[in-house]
Amino acid sequence: MTKNTPQTTIYLDHAATTPLDSEVYEAMLSISGDIYANPSSMHSQGRRAFDILETARKTIATSLNAHAHEIIFTGSGTESDNMALYGVAHAYKKYGTHIIISAIEHKAVLASAHRLEKEGFEVTYLPVNNDGCINIQDCLAAIRPDTTLLSIIYANNEIGTVQPIAELSTALQTLRGNAPTPLLHTDACQAVGMLPVDVQTLNVDLLTVNSSKIYGPKGMGLLYIKDGVRLEPLIVGGSQESGKRAGTENIALAHGFAIALEKSCATHGATSKKLTQLRTHFINGLRSTCPDIILNGHPTKRLANNVHISIPYVEGESLVLLLDTYGICCATGSACSSTDLTPSHVLRAIGITDERIHGSLRFSLGKSTTKEEIDFTVASLSQCIHKLQSITAMPHMYNTNNA
Amino acid sequence: MKKTHIPDIKSCNQESSWLYSDIVKDHFFNPRNILIQEKEYQADGIGIVGSPACGDIMVVWILVDARKSTIRECKWRTFGCASAIASTSMMSVMATENGGMSLTQAKHLTPEAIIERLGGLPDRKYHCSVLGHQALREAIEDYQNSQLKKKDV
Repeated sequence: MTKNTPQTTIYLDHAATTPLDSEVYEAMLSISGDIYANPSSMHSQGRRAFDILETARKTIATSLNAHAHEIIFTGSGTESDNMALYGVAHAYKKYGTHIIISAIEHKAVLASAHRLEKEGFEVTYLPVNNDGCINIQDCLAAIRPDTTLLSIIYANNEIGTVQPIAELSTALQTLRGNAPTPLLHTDACQAVGMLPVDVQTLNVDLLTVNSSKIYGPKGMGLLYIKDGVRLEPLIVGGSQESGKRAGTENIALAHGFAIALEKSCATHGATSKKLTQLRTHFINGLRSTCPDIILNGHPTKRLANNVHISIPYVEGESLVLLLDTYGICCATGSACSSTDLTPSHVLRAIGITDERIHGSLRFSLGKSTTKEEIDFTVASLSQCIHKLQSITAMPHMYNTNNA
Repeated sequence: MKKTHIPDIKSCNQESSWLYSDIVKDHFFNPRNILIQEKEYQADGIGIVGSPACGDIMVVWILVDARKSTIRECKWRTFGCASAIASTSMMSVMATENGGMSLTQAKHLTPEAIIERLGGLPDRKYHCSVLGHQALREAIEDYQNSQLKKKDV
């Protein structure tokens, strides 16, 4: 195989993180040197910082159709997920100690649930079907009188499956009536910029957004907490963020995040239309050059930018590293590539075999992805698959002498 | 203020650290002793190890110099990750270099010896991806069992 020296990067790992939008970068640079005071300070420099912070909060609130005081800045999507689970579980403990999460939640939710279990809470892991979709009736059936929280990911980060959050919340409202619980949290990290994220339409109680998935700065996230919903803070200290998250706010990051979110929300329709076309072109290209591939996740109820496939008898980490030599960046759910060496819990939850997980690849497209990049990726992937299939082994392929 | 052009995507055409050592990279990109035409290959012994659940599957074929009791050829295939490919490739080189390893020596080839020759592996890859020596041992035992059967006949 010819090993190309990559001249350019073809970045197809936007679900991991997105590059920083140049406009966002410029906007952050323009204030980061000048605005240094603590927004909690009373002097004029402090008030300048406060104004920028609160303008960012208002911009974000408008984009999500929320009130500004319902937006809490955090350090990441992970922190927001942690905060939603711990915060609600502890604040509503007197109403019960049972929570429900889907089997395909992000690890930030999954690990929070595991920790709550250790603290004595009970967790129901709601199964999904082979396409990765939850069943609303199953979800309602899992609710008990002592259930205080449901956490269902809006769009999955691995296979891109989109869940019917608005439908679920409507059903939940009927069931809940005037009772304070169960509350509904959704992790919308992958959804922002691809799907409409309007907290009134979704009618959720808590919602997580991550700046680094929407061309904003890293180290920034938010948790939307509906008016009236109580939450025990994770980080305590000063009374920043309405007493829900202590610590001096990072003004430049909040400013950048707000611009990134505003842009993402305003353009989600056009972005997902463009990316759906590219995704179809990509999948068709893959199917014609490598007929063996299997598309994982739902064929249509999926994020416009997500292409998740399994390739028979080819290991994912090897493919990622070979594609890297072509300048192509993507991800795999193979156990070999994870730091804990376990296969992806999401892929296991949708019932695909270990062999298929071992040979899984995730391509996540972004707003700058072009048709030419997709064509180059299809051609390169076909060469990588050919190389690895020529050296692969499966036991059933061989008859041993002593068999 | 300094004006910096920030493209949406930066070129990766610059030196950056790699997950694996240069030797591992070399053996991953250019694996040695791959058995391509396995259907026509008359091996003296075959060994298979691994499971896809934990990661990798490996098959090793050997030809034995019966007179000297050494390994003449060591071929392999794997459904494995980069370090599985590289470590098996290195194992096949070690088994056949300098006129071939004796069967006794080859049965005692350790993963540590293979990893040392590779210039190291990431810690988490230590136990799961180095399976080649087990497959080699199975292939030798397969060969020795078939020799015993021949004697019985």
